[in-house]
Amino acid sequence: MKQTFLDGIIKNNMVLVLAIGLCPALAVTTSAYNGIGMGMAVIFVLVFSNLLISLLRNIIPKNLRIPIFIVIISTFVTIVDYTMQAYVPPLSRQLGVFVPLIVVNCGILGRAEGYSYKHPPHYSVMDGLGIGLGFTIILFLMGTIREILGQGVWLSIPGVFPGFQVFGEAFTNSSVILMILPPGGFLAIALLMGLFNHIRMHK
Amino acid sequence: MLQLSPAPHITSPKNIKKIMYGVVGALIPVLMGSIYFFGWRALFLCSLSVLSAIFTEWIFQRVTNRDIRCLDGSAIITGILVAFNIPVNSPWWLPVVGSFFAVFIVKQLFGGLGYNIFNPALAGRAFLVASWPSLMTGNWTPPINGTLSGIPVLDGMTQATPLSLLIMKPNLNVIQSLNSPTMIKTLFIGNTGGCIGETSALLLLIGALFLFIMGYADWRISLSYIGSIFVITGIFYFLGVTPVNPVFHIFSGGVMLGGLFMATDMVTSPVTLKGRWIFGICGGILCVILRLWAGYPEGVSYSILIMNMFVPLLDRLQVRIFGR
Repeated sequence: MKQTFLDGIIKNNMVLVLAIGLCPALAVTTSAYNGIGMGMAVIFVLVFSNLLISLLRNIIPKNLRIPIFIVIISTFVTIVDYTMQAYVPPLSRQLGVFVPLIVVNCGILGRAEGYSYKHPPHYSVMDGLGIGLGFTIILFLMGTIREILGQGVWLSIPGVFPGFQVFGEAFTNSSVILMILPPGGFLAIALLMGLFNHIRMHK
Repeated sequence: MLQLSPAPHITSPKNIKKIMYGVVGALIPVLMGSIYFFGWRALFLCSLSVLSAIFTEWIFQRVTNRDIRCLDGSAIITGILVAFNIPVNSPWWLPVVGSFFAVFIVKQLFGGLGYNIFNPALAGRAFLVASWPSLMTGNWTPPINGTLSGIPVLDGMTQATPLSLLIMKPNLNVIQSLNSPTMIKTLFIGNTGGCIGETSALLLLIGALFLFIMGYADWRISLSYIGSIFVITGIFYFLGVTPVNPVFHIFSGGVMLGGLFMATDMVTSPVTLKGRWIFGICGGILCVILRLWAGYPEGVSYSILIMNMFVPLLDRLQVRIFGR
């Protein structure tokens, strides 16, 4: 149980090791807050879809499994989407189309197909929690790197909190705009992946 | 005295250090010209850029336990070329950050000298343009003509470069002045606004001539790149697509600097002769397209970066497999 959870965070890290679910990881991580928001949504969807698919794994026919997974996942995505629109509308606007797109996030479908379809419910929930948490941590890290370099602030929440000025005002006024543009996402993810692989290989 | 050693037994008199310092030597006249045109600040920015490039390389090789080769000349070239690509009124940290990005991300992370896909200096420039567009494309100063002002930033004096005038939908008078022989002469000598090292076509040609004679750069790439820009803009000039003549096009902006010193970079240009011609011609076509129809006034850097991506494909054109 515990091992499944830890494997999800490190050994099977969705972004850095499995390299799936990269699309939202690249697109929404322009700030640390966005990264956490997206990560929370994915944790919720992953845990519940893993649980339901695992409970139904003996009933779901093999030939029809993919459409059934999608229907189950989209149910939870719809819940997340409407909840976010109701309670955190600014975040929902920031994440935009990427919340509905969790339905086709290959990370979630990949866990349904590769793990929860073959394992009992309590393991599947732990796997969902671990993978989701690993995803959230990476999104938070990427958001942190890109927000600090690209905007000069950290943990800013639109409309609530302007964020900590990390390197002072002068840096904020001439920050590295490239980092919050798409190339910055690729740079951040590549550097994180490289660093992570280096640490894993030389452990 | 019989020496036993594995093949190859014939060694070339050229080695990395010789070639790299040859290129640095070829860039010296251009640097001196830019000091004359823009003042000591040009030298100041250039030295900062070179120091940053060498230091970045040293740190990386130290941390990753590689041989320390930060003084083999390639970092110096990258540093000089990054500085040549920025306006003289830039803040001091601009060349430092540009060289750091060029050497760390574009060169060392891809494996160091010989393994980088993109020309480090050009990728550094692309990074700077994307990150600080106002500093990189709206901060031109007119040349000061040998009065050799000091290091501080000259303020309150911005002036459009000939190329940026062109993209602002100029009226007839401006076009006439751009087409005039005086303007062409000014561009050829380099006495005009622009990046530190790109203005003087004359000095760049002198440096490049040295490289061609020594065999450190291939004239085919330069000729096909600059030649295709000349031919295409010539056709467009007669068709009325572009209002200025082809001579203006090849002497303005970074065509000379890019075509002579950046496209010919040994690492990021094709090894085969056929590939080199195609590399140059396609680069020229891209440059004209970017210049005439894209948002920025200049297209040289992106055209060469895009062609850099095709080098591995171009290298496959002429490979003969033994036994076939």
